[in-house]
Formats: sequence, C-alpha cells, structure tokens
Amino acid sequence: MTGQAANGSLAVELRDVRKSFGKTEIIRGANLIVAPGERVAIIGPNGAGKSTLFNLISGRFGATSGDILLHGQKIDGLAPYEINRRGLARSFQVSNLFVRLSVAENIRCAVLWSLGYKYSFWKFLADLRDVNDRVDEVLDMIKLHKRRDVLAMNLTYAEQRALEIGITIAGGASVILLDEPTAGMSKSETARFVNLIREVTVGKTLLTVEHDMGVVFGLADKIAVLVYGEVIAFDTPDQVRANPRVQEAYLGSVLADQQAAAAGH
Amino acid sequence: MATTSRSYYEFKPYNVGRWVVWGGYALVMIVAPLLWSSSLSLTMLSQMGIAVIACLAFNMLLGQGGMLSFGHAVYSGLGSFFAIHTLNLVSAGKLALPVSLVPLVGGLFGMLFAVILGWVTTKKAGTPFAMITLGVGELVWAMSLMFPGFFGGEGGISGNRVAGEPFLGITFGPQIQLYYLIAAYTFVCTALMFAFTRTPLGRMLNAVRDNPERVEFVGYNTQYVRYVAFIASGLFMGISGGLAALNFEIVTAEVVNALRSGAFLLFTFLGGAVFFFGPIIGGVLMVVALVLLSELTQAWQLWLGLVFTFMVMYAPGGISSLIMMNLRVASFGKLRPLIGSYLALAGTAFTVLVGAGAMIEMVYHLQLNQALGPQMKYMGATLNAKGLDSWFGAAFVLVVGIAMFELTRRQFVRDWGTAQEEIEKEIKKREALQ
Repeated sequence: MTGQAANGSLAVELRDVRKSFGKTEIIRGANLIVAPGERVAIIGPNGAGKSTLFNLISGRFGATSGDILLHGQKIDGLAPYEINRRGLARSFQVSNLFVRLSVAENIRCAVLWSLGYKYSFWKFLADLRDVNDRVDEVLDMIKLHKRRDVLAMNLTYAEQRALEIGITIAGGASVILLDEPTAGMSKSETARFVNLIREVTVGKTLLTVEHDMGVVFGLADKIAVLVYGEVIAFDTPDQVRANPRVQEAYLGSVLADQQAAAAGH
Repeated sequence: MATTSRSYYEFKPYNVGRWVVWGGYALVMIVAPLLWSSSLSLTMLSQMGIAVIACLAFNMLLGQGGMLSFGHAVYSGLGSFFAIHTLNLVSAGKLALPVSLVPLVGGLFGMLFAVILGWVTTKKAGTPFAMITLGVGELVWAMSLMFPGFFGGEGGISGNRVAGEPFLGITFGPQIQLYYLIAAYTFVCTALMFAFTRTPLGRMLNAVRDNPERVEFVGYNTQYVRYVAFIASGLFMGISGGLAALNFEIVTAEVVNALRSGAFLLFTFLGGAVFFFGPIIGGVLMVVALVLLSELTQAWQLWLGLVFTFMVMYAPGGISSLIMMNLRVASFGKLRPLIGSYLALAGTAFTVLVGAGAMIEMVYHLQLNQALGPQMKYMGATLNAKGLDSWFGAAFVLVVGIAMFELTRRQFVRDWGTAQEEIEKEIKKREALQ
C-alpha cells in the first residue's frame, strides 16, 4: 500500500488541531497518535466534534490551525481526493452512494483510481480484468454478490450500509475512517456488522466514530474520548473505562443509560 | 448462478444483440433515403443526422454528467462558423483539404472553445453551472453581432460545398452524396459517444452526476471529470455544427443563440436523457417538429410547449423511458392486456387534441389571418372563427374528450399497477429459484 514514509512510524497524527465555525470553536486543540494497524474508536457526547474531526482528517473541511499528518506527511489543506490518493478512505454516517448505479458499479467507481486508470477514456471497463476481479473480491467481502446488479437506491438499509463500507475499503486504502458504521441497525445486524468490519479491515489502520459501547469495546484496541473538542483520554479500553475523568464527563452516564435500557428489557 | 458471476462483462466475444442493434442502426441510415427520396425528405434526413449528433453530445452533459447547459449552441455554432470559413478557404484554393474532412475542423474548434470556455463553466456544478453556461452563451451571441467580419452580420457567411478536387467523382453537390457523408459521421460519432460511456471516465461521469461529494473521497477530482466530459461534448457539438455548415452552405449568427441552445435541451429531454439512445429519438423529433410541424400549423411552438410541459410532468424520462418501461412489461408477457387501454387512451387523447386544436387554430386565425375573413378549414371541416356554434362545438369535443380521457386514464393506471405487481412477484419467484 502507500507504505510508511520517512518518519512515518505513525499512520495518523493530529497536533493541536483546531477548527472554528464563525466564532464557535468546535475542535479545541485535539491531539491524537495512531500507529499503523491500530483500531481506534472515537467516542464522546453528542456535539463533541467527532464527525467534525473526521471531516478535518479526510479533507472535507480545512482545519483552522494545527497539523494533520498521514504516514508522517502533512495533509491538512489538501483536497479530499488528494488525501484519498495517499491512502486514506472514509465512510459516512448517512449512506453516501452513487444511487443510480448498480452495486457492482458503485464498487468499480471506488476501485478505478487506486488501480491507476485515472481519467482514462481509451479503455473499456469490461476489459479491465484487475478492476473487475477486485470488484468481485470486494462484493464477496461485503456479501452483496447476489445483489450486484441492483441499483444502490433499491437496496435495504443494511445493504446500503454494507455498500458504504465496500466503497470505503475498495480502493485498498491503508487508513480507514468509519463514521458510525452501525447507526440505525438492529442488535443482530450490528453484531454481524462488527464481524464484517473486522474482516474487511484486517491489517489496516481503523478509526471509527461509534455510539454503541458494545461495538466500541468489541472492536477497538484503543479508545479516544472527545469532549468539547478535546481528546480528554486516549488509552486501551480497560484503562479508559477506569479513567475517572472519562467516567465523569461521558462514559458513566452512557453506561448507566445502556445498563438501564438493558435492565428494562 | 454460474452465469451471474461474470454477467457484467458486457463485451462478450460475440454479442449478438449488440451486432443486431448497431447493424440495424446502420441499415436504417443506409435505407432511409431509398424509402424517402424526395428532396424535402433528403434535406430532413440530413438534418436529422446533424441533430442526432448534437443531442447525443448535449446528453453527455445532461444525462450522463448531470450538467444542464443553457448555452451549448455556442460549440456547434462556432464549429459551423469555422467550418464554413475553412470551406471558403478550400474553394479559394488556399487550403488543400477534402470537403469530407471539413466537419472535423468544426469539431476541432468546438473542442478548442470547450477547452477555453469549459474551464470557466465546469468550475461549478448544478445551478451555478447552468447560470454560467447561460452567461457564456449570451457573451458569444453578443460577440457575433460585434464582429461582422467573422460572423457575417445579418446575412451570415455563405459557402459552396462543391470545392476542391472531387474524390472518386464525389463532389457533395447532390444532396444524396452529402446525406451519406452525414450518415457516416452520425454512425461513427454515435459509436464513439457510446464507447465513451463504457470507459473509466464515462463511468466516473455518472458517479459525479449521482454524488459528486462521494467521488472526491474515492480519489477523483470532480471538476476535472466534468471538464474533460465538457471538452468531449464540445468536440461532437462542433462536428455537428461543421456538418450543418456543409448542409446549408450558409451560417448565420442565430446558430449560436439561446433559442438554438434551448432546442437542444428541449429535444434531448423529449427523447429522454436517461438512456443513451434517447437523444437519437430527440434529434429526429427536433427536425420533424421544426420542419413538418411548422408547416402543419402556425401554432407549432405552442404545441411543442404543451408536449414538453406534459412530458416533464408525467414522463420525466422522456420517450426512451416510456419505450423501456413498456419493453420491460412486454418481456414479462404482460403487455397484451394493456393494449386495449392504450388504444382507448390514444382515441380519447385524439379527441382532446381535435377539440383543443380547433380552438387554438381559431385564435391564431383571428390574430394572424384577419384579412381572410372568419371562415377557415380545419381537418376537412369549415369553421367560423367568429361563430358561436364553432366555438361551442370545439369546446364540447374538448370537454367530452377530457372526461373520457380521464376515465380511461384511471382504468389504465389500475391495469398498469396490476401488471407491475405481477412483474415484481415474477422477479421474486425467479430470485427464489436461483
């Protein structure tokens, strides 16, 4: 893949990143260090800036100040497509598909650049064996092989979420950002989906925003807790769970809620 | 299941269906002038080829890229002007270029202007894109009035397509010779534009249409995708313009104006922007409407407006989508029960048309042909445009027609719904069998 650059022993690094919308500062000096192959879950209360952080890393918005590094190279200020070409791909909280194209074409669109076809209009898609093999491979991974010719807009919700992940991983990016991949899914679907995510991100660096604590503790090597635009804790799940600041700021109430909900059933 | 795993490699070694379709397309173009050989039909057929190329090129943006251009006549029009000037250079013996290649000069300049102007327009998408194309269109139109040396002012620039050395006795003097040149260009351009839809860039253009934001996150610069598509479209628009220059042997400034741009939009839409072949229908309709309909009635633009409005409201996919919907029904063997409904719909729609037509024609007659008196001929009957009985009669036919149409329409909607439900069931059954 994109490989480790000169001082790129880190996959992603944020140094004192700040972002303001007008006078409101949403991200207030976030710091984060993610090693290659690590799975990091970002948690925090609503409005803490989790999605904004993803938008900054993936280039959707520019940071107001601070540095964002991918494999040791600065990427802040680059356009999303430039960041993607350097090996970072992201999914969206609300499925963001090519709705009038079939499932297979959705994946194909996500594969083309990474295999070097760029803006080619002198080759036929049907002849691109490497692209089509990769499409088959991804369709197998996300288990949508049987639905390959269905238009994306006609898929069920869970299928759309799977396709969302498929588009994200298809280009072979080494760093994957998943924004609430299991949002809106039932418990059994979520469990299956966590397995799917684990399978398709083997050997990759994974950052995910997630509300479901079951998913977080099941998936993550490390957890970053984001509260009011700052990373207040960044550690292994056990350590984070035990951290009194986290308990106070966020986790205590969430766990209490989830336990109460579980007890209620 | 064995076949489905490879089913999307569209280019099978011997794809019979594809050969039949393209062979049929070529055959129609070869045979058409033998069936309709009058000079009017030859001119019309030639214009159809030209319009088909233009509408297909326009649809590269509209249907495939989601770009609504209000000023695309700029590229065909400038192509026309450069082609006619080139032709005049050939006539004057200053340039040794076969006349058959003059349309390519038009294409080259269409492309060149798309490179320059498209760089500005494709910086934006959506409504801003449409606005900028409108602005650029007005700009070029204004320029055409400012430089009479190049654009020929009111009279335009004329030329003579019998120029240079004839090749194998072909001078392009007779219309039939030019027709076959246009047909050859039309076939090749159609094939090239179809091929474009099957390439990586063509597919990414669809992706940009559907979801430009996501395209940025799979490595593509959306603006660049739009730009390249715009240039390709400009090339084919220019070729179409070059062929028009040869066909009419005169080019006036109106070829770059907003009316022409609007015609491309209107007929591409009528033909249908969703399917590749829609604009082919659109191009043919364009000539039929502009040449035949305008002969038939003075109110042709009003009729065209009505058809366009109904199409946008009830069949936004255009004629091609109506065809494809019915083919789908037919492929499941459900079309036969609908035929009765279709005949009833056609009959009642015709009644509405007769009634509305009589009233529209009477209004036009009163406005435009006052000198001829109130009597007028309409579909074999004599109407008195100032007589109450004529108006009452027309209104009666119209109202009865509308009422009957509405009744048959409701029945049709039910039948259509039933057919669709049965098809859905059939599909489910087939999926279960796999």
